[in-house]
Formats: sequence, C-alpha cells, structure tokens
Amino acid sequence: MLIPCPHCGTRPVEEFTFLGDAAPTRPTTNDPSSMEAWYEYVYLRNNPRGPIEEYAHHSGGCRSWLVVSRNTETHEVFGAVTARDFSKAKEAKA
Amino acid sequence: MRYNVFSLIKNSFSGHKNWEPAWRDPVPQKEYDIIIVGGGGHGLATAYYLAKEHGLKNIAVLEKGWLGSGNIGRNTTIIRSNYMLPGNNPFYEWSMKLWENLEQDFNFNAMVSQRGVLNLCHTDAQRDAFARRGNAMRIDGVDAELLDREAVKEMYPFFDYENARFPIKGGLLQKRGGTVRHDGVAWGYARGADSRGVDIIQHCEVKGIKVENGKVVGVDTNRGFIKCKKLGLATAGNSSETAKMVGMRLPMESHVLQAFVSEGLKPYIDGVVTFGAGHFYVSQSDKGGLVFGGDIDGYNSYARRGNLPMVEHVIEAGVAMIPSLSRVRVLRSWGGIMDMSMDGSPIIDKTHIEGLYLNAGWCYGGFKATPASGWCFAYTIAKDEPHKLNAAYRLDRFKTGHMLDEKGQGATPNLH
Repeated sequence: MLIPCPHCGTRPVEEFTFLGDAAPTRPTTNDPSSMEAWYEYVYLRNNPRGPIEEYAHHSGGCRSWLVVSRNTETHEVFGAVTARDFSKAKEAKA
Repeated sequence: MRYNVFSLIKNSFSGHKNWEPAWRDPVPQKEYDIIIVGGGGHGLATAYYLAKEHGLKNIAVLEKGWLGSGNIGRNTTIIRSNYMLPGNNPFYEWSMKLWENLEQDFNFNAMVSQRGVLNLCHTDAQRDAFARRGNAMRIDGVDAELLDREAVKEMYPFFDYENARFPIKGGLLQKRGGTVRHDGVAWGYARGADSRGVDIIQHCEVKGIKVENGKVVGVDTNRGFIKCKKLGLATAGNSSETAKMVGMRLPMESHVLQAFVSEGLKPYIDGVVTFGAGHFYVSQSDKGGLVFGGDIDGYNSYARRGNLPMVEHVIEAGVAMIPSLSRVRVLRSWGGIMDMSMDGSPIIDKTHIEGLYLNAGWCYGGFKATPASGWCFAYTIAKDEPHKLNAAYRLDRFKTGHMLDEKGQGATPNLH
C-alpha cells in the first residue's frame, strides 16, 4: 500500500503506524452518566468491510497524524488528509 | 464407515475405488433446531459436540465457501496451553486434553504431534515473566519447564546464542504442545458431525438473520430462508459483519495475519520455537517445509493477503534467531483475517437476543482452541448457559471491567 501523505507525497506503508477507525468520537465529559458513551468509544468498533477512514501516524516520515481513507477489502487507498483537517471538516459537518 | 486397518485392506482389493465420501452434500431443509453459521474448525467442532455430547439431532452448519476454507486452513497449526490467567488456562488445557484424544474420538488421522513448544527469552526480566507464567501453568495442572541457556542449546544448537542484541537466556518449554494437520481437523470434525446426522451445507451464505419478538427465528441465505430455533455464529474474521445483521457492534477489529512456508528441507527443527525478542514462530511440517509466521500487519483488513513490509519483518526476526534461515527460500505466503478483540481473548457467550449465540474474537490464537471452543460453544447452545470453562469469555466483560488481558496492555485490538 502506498499512502499519499499531504506533506511528504506518496510514501510506502511501512512508514506509517495505524491507530484504527477514526469514526469513534471521544466523550467530552467524565460524568458517570457517560459510561455507556465511554464504553462505546473505547471498545466498540464498526469494523467495516469496505471503505474506512482511519488514523495513521507518519512515524517514519513527517510524524504528522493523518486520516487515511482506504478500502479494507481491497487495500485500495483513496487519499489522506491531516487529522487536523479531518476533524475540522467533521466539525463543519456537525 | 469407520476407518481402520480392516477397511483399508478391504478397499485395497478394489483398488481404493469404493471409498465413500467422508460427508454428504445435503440440500438444506426448511427448518432446523440448531444452525451454526460458519463451516470452519470452530463451527464444525460445535456441530460435532452438539451431536455427540448432547445427543441433539436436526442440526445444520452453513458455510458460504467450501468446508474449511477460512482460518482453519490458514494458520501455522500450533497447539499449546501456555496461558496464565485463571479464565484462560483451564480452557486451553481442556483444549489440549481434547487434542490428545481427538483422533480416536472422531476416527480420523489429524496427525496430532506433541513435539513441544519452546518460547525463548532474551532478558532477565523476560525469564522472570516466563517463570511466573510457567508456575501459573503448573498450578492449573499444565506441564511447563523453565530451561536455561545450555538446555536450549542442547535442543537447538543452531540458534544465534551470541546475538549481541538478543542473547538467548533460556526458554519456557511445554512438551505437550505441538502441531496438528489443520485441514485434517476440519475434515475429521465434518465427517464426525455428518455421520451423526448433521447437515453440512456448503456454498450457503447467510445474508440476514430474522429476529421476532427478541427471538431468533431463522436465516436468509442465498439458498432461501431456513427456520431455526437456535443460531450459533462462528464466523471469525467476519464476526463484526455477521453481528451487524442483528444490529450488534462488537468489541473487535478485523486484521490480516500472514503465514509462510519454505521449500522442503531435511529434518531440522524438531518442535515449535518462538522468538522472544520479536514476533516469530516456526515449526517444520512433515513434508519438510518450515511453517512460520509473525505479527499482524497492523491495519484493518478483510483482504486475506498482507503487504511486503511484514514479510520482511518476520523474516528478519527469523534470521535473528536462526541465522541459517537466510539461505532458505520461501515457497508460499498467505493471509488470514483475524477477529482482534480488545483484550486479546475470545467470546463464547449468549447474546441479548434469545436463541442467538456468539463465538468470536479469537485474535490469532483460534486454531489451538478449536476442540474446546466447539465443546464449550456446544454446551452454551445446548444448555443456554456458559460452561464454567468459558464463563470468563463473556461478551459484556468489556462493559463490566472483567477483561482477560494476558499482558495487561489495555484496550487495543493487537493482542493475542
């Protein structure tokens, strides 16, 4: 797999460390009533067979946190943006 | 027909042309008491023990591909019971005991070979951890021996003992561990289940699960709707997708794990050996090929094939342990899809839907567990409650804080 890093250009997969699905949203409170939300955030995953957006750290390159969109069934990579841009776009949508 | 020396002699007179197929190819009936989704090792073992231990009839196993086309044929065939936690060790030891009598039990040669599993340690701290694990194993009645460097050297003189970065300090040996012919396990369980009346239906993909009033009533398949009273899901690798059919989200991710076979060599490595400083494990098959593997690739995947960086990584670890491996050519590599659960331990449990049972989350340790997994899943389905051996493998343990995390690493889907 080749990942198009927004800073470094197209780089091989071994330069990246994957954190996993970028869909779960971290709860903003520690209130005991948010236990269910924390449980879902920490443990439950959609685990899609097909397109996924996932966090990847360019640990062997510019060390930026990215969000890579990729197909888990075919390993086709659609693109990558910085995690910052991803979360800004997510906020704009919400 | 039972396989024995008399049936072999009898069939040799007719040129081995009259052997019956080992299992039937039945047309699905409209209704079954119990349906198991997934005709891999765990699914077939479950059907076998449901019929044999619980005397149940009217059972079907639905397999979307061909029998044993998943991880039962994609692993490195290692069996062991060298776990530490109380919720794990008795389960895996029960699996080992079932392995030890498996061939007599299902009358099929699965080539169970207890050639020993040796885990190498490379630091004093790792040796301490192995001593602790070995003691935990022995408390549960499992065999474990802590070997020093000289004892390991006597067994395997060709390892790199002078490696400056990863010197071999000793190892933890489980002599009863070993390897099994993995396809033989699927075929043996299939034949055993079939002879007890279980319908094994291949090329029958479950497309949906029908639930009415909180109770399972049947499955939609590419061969029509099939009614059932109880439904067991044993679709490891694809568990999240199967669970989505009833709106469940599972605490796991699917990842690809690669394995490799080398060209055939003369007898070289007697047992199973694991490298303690990187992720590498190797044994030699009866055909002479070295069978080895390493870590998961590290990204979510359903692709059943990995990428080259992990191939390089595994072989580097192997050569660090056994320098002479550098001259060996790799023949084949392949990938299997693992249910990577969030604590590295599996799930065998009921669900919130009546009549729906889940067997999932085996990470990349499912092969050794095949007999006990089937045995416990059959018990859970037949009695509608977990056996004490799988009581810790609850689906709700992540919510209640009763994780089974062998290494104490916290919630991450890269454990085993």
